[in-house]
Amino acid sequence: MRPAIEAKGVTRIFPTAGQDVVRALDNVSVSIGENEFFTLLGPSGCGKTTLLRLIAGFDFPSAGEILLHGQDIAPLPPFKRPVNTVFQSYALFPHMTVAENIGFGLKMLGRPKVEIEARVDTMLKLVRMEAMRNRRTSQISGGQQQRVALARALAPQPKVLLLDEPLSALDYKLRKEMQIELKRLQHETGITFIFVTHDQEEALTMSDRIAVMSAGKILQVGTPRDIYDKPAERFVADFIGETNFITAAITITGNCKVRATLKSGATIDATVAEGFQPKENATIVVRPEHAKLTTGKGDLSGTVETIVYFGTDTHIRVQLNSGEAFTVRQQNTRSAGCGFQCGDKVGISIGNDAAQVLRD
Amino acid sequence: MASASQIAEKAERDDIRSRWLLSALALLIVLLAAVGPLLIVVVYSFLTPGNYGDVKWQFSTDAWVGVLFERDVFDDTLSIAGAHLSILWRSASLSVLTTILTVIFGFPTAYFIATRPEHRREIWLFLITIPFWTNLLIRTFAMQEVLRNDGIINSALQLLRVTDHPVQFLYTNVAVLLGMVYVFLPLMVLPLYASMEKIDFRLVEAGYDLYATRFQVLRHIIIPLVTPGIVAGSILVFIPSLGAYVTPRVLGGGTNLMIGNLIELQFGQGRNWPLGAALSIALMAIVMVALLVYVRNTSRPNGGHG
Repeated sequence: MRPAIEAKGVTRIFPTAGQDVVRALDNVSVSIGENEFFTLLGPSGCGKTTLLRLIAGFDFPSAGEILLHGQDIAPLPPFKRPVNTVFQSYALFPHMTVAENIGFGLKMLGRPKVEIEARVDTMLKLVRMEAMRNRRTSQISGGQQQRVALARALAPQPKVLLLDEPLSALDYKLRKEMQIELKRLQHETGITFIFVTHDQEEALTMSDRIAVMSAGKILQVGTPRDIYDKPAERFVADFIGETNFITAAITITGNCKVRATLKSGATIDATVAEGFQPKENATIVVRPEHAKLTTGKGDLSGTVETIVYFGTDTHIRVQLNSGEAFTVRQQNTRSAGCGFQCGDKVGISIGNDAAQVLRD
Repeated sequence: MASASQIAEKAERDDIRSRWLLSALALLIVLLAAVGPLLIVVVYSFLTPGNYGDVKWQFSTDAWVGVLFERDVFDDTLSIAGAHLSILWRSASLSVLTTILTVIFGFPTAYFIATRPEHRREIWLFLITIPFWTNLLIRTFAMQEVLRNDGIINSALQLLRVTDHPVQFLYTNVAVLLGMVYVFLPLMVLPLYASMEKIDFRLVEAGYDLYATRFQVLRHIIIPLVTPGIVAGSILVFIPSLGAYVTPRVLGGGTNLMIGNLIELQFGQGRNWPLGAALSIALMAIVMVALLVYVRNTSRPNGGHG
């Protein structure tokens, strides 16, 4: 994989009113491949937008380098970078038509009129907005504005497209539609997309790879599957999907394999997060859908506390005998209920290959 | 029982009546204070001047002819009134220049204020309005002190050895222009600021992102978005400039008259009230035509923003 964008030891420090400083980015290094749909995922204030702004050129790093195809672009102003942005608020020019908005970048680059017109037509077709060509941006809907913002950013054929939470202003159905649309656009244009979001579901469904960020640091980079099934740290496991955390005693059995002895006395196999330092007690994560409730004795045992129906599945929260809580997600069928009631004494069996040991 | 439509009709009638009642006072004031005197001025412009000022109730179009022409005392032929034309020309050109200069000086000022953190902007706006606290006459005389042959500017120029004898600023068109720019600048800054404050500065970032240089961002994004403010500010500066009286009187001496001074002259020493009235109406007409042309040319037909 040839890297399109590389961040090397990037730090961005903001001064505050007092003597303190805020480390919005703290020694961040990441490599983003050509033609990749790469997502920066994290809660607000984690530094994901700061990193995006550094790549766009709206802000400059306090330390470190940002390379585009191996060349340091950190000191360049935004108008000298072959990188375009889709803004969260779209930032469409209100005094221009849809076509003028889309052609703006090429016009600033001094391209001939004929070329701009042709390119605008192509872009309008790409985002399926041919009919809106001469509308003002105030006369089109939020979803359409989103498409125009995309077309405007893609029109100058940037090497990298940055997307700053572009879907957050749309309602649920439109967001789903645009997610598919974005994937299609990325596939058709072959441009590297760097997508910023705090929506884990969006990240999982759209990305080739995800970087999970917290407090100015990248905690883990991996495919959606890696991030979901093999979280490295508690924050990652907790931020993405629902998770059960249990502590267990660990004995190493092989390369990246351990045997974990639970507080109930049962032992299960588990995989180990990258960077795990051998220690006696560690935290294990098990996704609710990778465990099963049984009436008999399982790996864990406890009492059913709450049962919540979610349509596709039912979440059953169990108070373990060890004092911890554990949630099991059970697929629903049309004919029968979940088969358990509050107060039932139950066992929980954890599937093979369901447990992951965290490094922290 | 009244039907729903009857109730709605009554509500609407009541609404219209209370609207008239509420606006009655304002309408009365406008009628008495603006329309009334204006009508008197129009009527006076068609009368004959009295011997000691005032008017004789005798219809005449002489005043209107006198706006642009002068009648030869001996053979009664008409010729273009050069003095009036040069005053008109000076008024128009100085007003246009004042408007342009206030835009040039006011634009960066307003931009500076609009880009300060929100809690600081009020302080800057407050500072901009400070000159309003002082009487116009006093501010203008202060300007006279600055421009005098032994004033600050000339002393500085001589101290820096730019010149060895004082440069004549006072009683020139330049002095009048400087005075008007100084007096009217806040009237330009405030509407410019009001327009700029509304700009979403993410649009500026979007411009930079789409390869626009600083100058291109200014030209293609900021200026078009600030146009309503430029129009409003230009109107606020141009109209009082055209009718300016104190500034040309104090800084222009007796020789650099503007329309305002000419009108005053007719009502005073000239003892020709009808001509003064006709000049006033002509001034108003010029302003209205200029505004119509200006607004037509600067506002876009379907501009969706304000």
